Amino acid sequence: MSILAAESANPLLPPLGEIIIGLIAFAIVLFVMFKFVAPRFEQVFRARREAIEGGIERAEAMQAEAQASLEQYRAQLAEARTEAAQIRDQARAEGQQILEELRAQAQQESARIVARGEEQLAASRQQVLNELRGHIGSLAVDLAGRVVGESLEDDARRRGTVDRFLDQLDGMAAGSPDGRTGSSVYAPEGNR
Amino acid sequence: MTSSALALGNVLAAESGGGDGFQAPGLGEFYPEVVASFSLFGIAFEITRITIILWVATLALIAFLVATVRKPSIVPGKLQFVGESGYSLVRDGIARDVVGPKGLPFAPFLASLFFFILANNLMAIIPFAQISPMSKFAFPLVLAAICWVMYIWIGIREQGAGKYFKDILFLPGVPKPMYVLVTPIEILQNFVVRPFTLAVRLFANMFAGHMLLVVFSLGAVYLFQVGNYSMIFGPISALMAIVMTFFELLVIFLQAYVFTVLMGTYLNGSIEAEH
Repeated sequence: MSILAAESANPLLPPLGEIIIGLIAFAIVLFVMFKFVAPRFEQVFRARREAIEGGIERAEAMQAEAQASLEQYRAQLAEARTEAAQIRDQARAEGQQILEELRAQAQQESARIVARGEEQLAASRQQVLNELRGHIGSLAVDLAGRVVGESLEDDARRRGTVDRFLDQLDGMAAGSPDGRTGSSVYAPEGNR
Repeated sequence: MTSSALALGNVLAAESGGGDGFQAPGLGEFYPEVVASFSLFGIAFEITRITIILWVATLALIAFLVATVRKPSIVPGKLQFVGESGYSLVRDGIARDVVGPKGLPFAPFLASLFFFILANNLMAIIPFAQISPMSKFAFPLVLAAICWVMYIWIGIREQGAGKYFKDILFLPGVPKPMYVLVTPIEILQNFVVRPFTLAVRLFANMFAGHMLLVVFSLGAVYLFQVGNYSMIFGPISALMAIVMTFFELLVIFLQAYVFTVLMGTYLNGSIEAEH
């Protein structure tokens, strides 16, 4: 409608046909964009984002794993250290105990030895005393018999004389319980 | 605007009628001869060079877009990278950052807008086509009308009709007496100026760009042919035509982007009840 008067046509008053053609062209572009292009692009963007996020996630997981391993290793090391210290302490305590035990044992042993020695000493002393007593008695009687020339027939009197003599000897020795007992045992006898 | 365009047309027409001098290109540039015409439901359809260019651009765009997503992969090939860059520019740069957090569903629409305008604009400097269908007012008008309907519809859908129109009529936070002044401006702004400027900005840029290229190109040819001392100005005119072609390339991208960004801000205004 405007071709005939192209020179005088108003460029701001477009013919309806052109408007419709423009509408159709744009509608086709819109259709293609909404139907095929945009979904595909969104799909690519999503896939890319997932790929990147997946990579980051994987790296994070790996890092966490490494961190866990490090923690575990450290814990194990600390555990080993405490264990070693414990063992050392225990060994020291055990040593101390053994030492103490040995010392106690040695002391006991020495005490025992000393006691036995004393016992033996006392026994041999007693033996010596007994022997001496017998000997001294007979010797003295023998001697006295010879000196006096008379045989002391009276047994009781003889024993009394010997005992008195021995008591005197004991009294001079002044340490032996046997002697004193002897004297105390004897005394009433003598009075009687 | 209308009268000045008419005046321009008249001046150019008057000059071109001036006999054997330089036949300056006029409005006739935008009304090429009709290849075929038919009538459907009483509406006249005329198939001209520009209509054919529109279809070539549209089909090329669709072929390009489909090719970029034919074998989508996480690591993009060259073609996919180009398509993806354009789509991401609109999706992230406009739908997400300008429209807002609810903007991603509008990404395909905004991307269609951007790519459609870009493909048609590029025809302005592609040899043998060398005119953008967007320099015909009908096509920017269609896009602006779609945007107009859309941002009003989205505003009603997101905020409810009552609140959406109330906020436009009575701008919140304005002293009551100022409504005398503000309300008519807001009505004009939202329902008339926005779509009109959207359409005219794109149309006028492509129209003027085409006129510049044609004037310098034809001027160069004329100066070479005229056969006198004017010849020395021929190369200057030719050089200017080349420089203006690069300038036109900038305008092509800029206008496609500006149209889309503005639509993004209008959508943002419809979705978020701010002001």
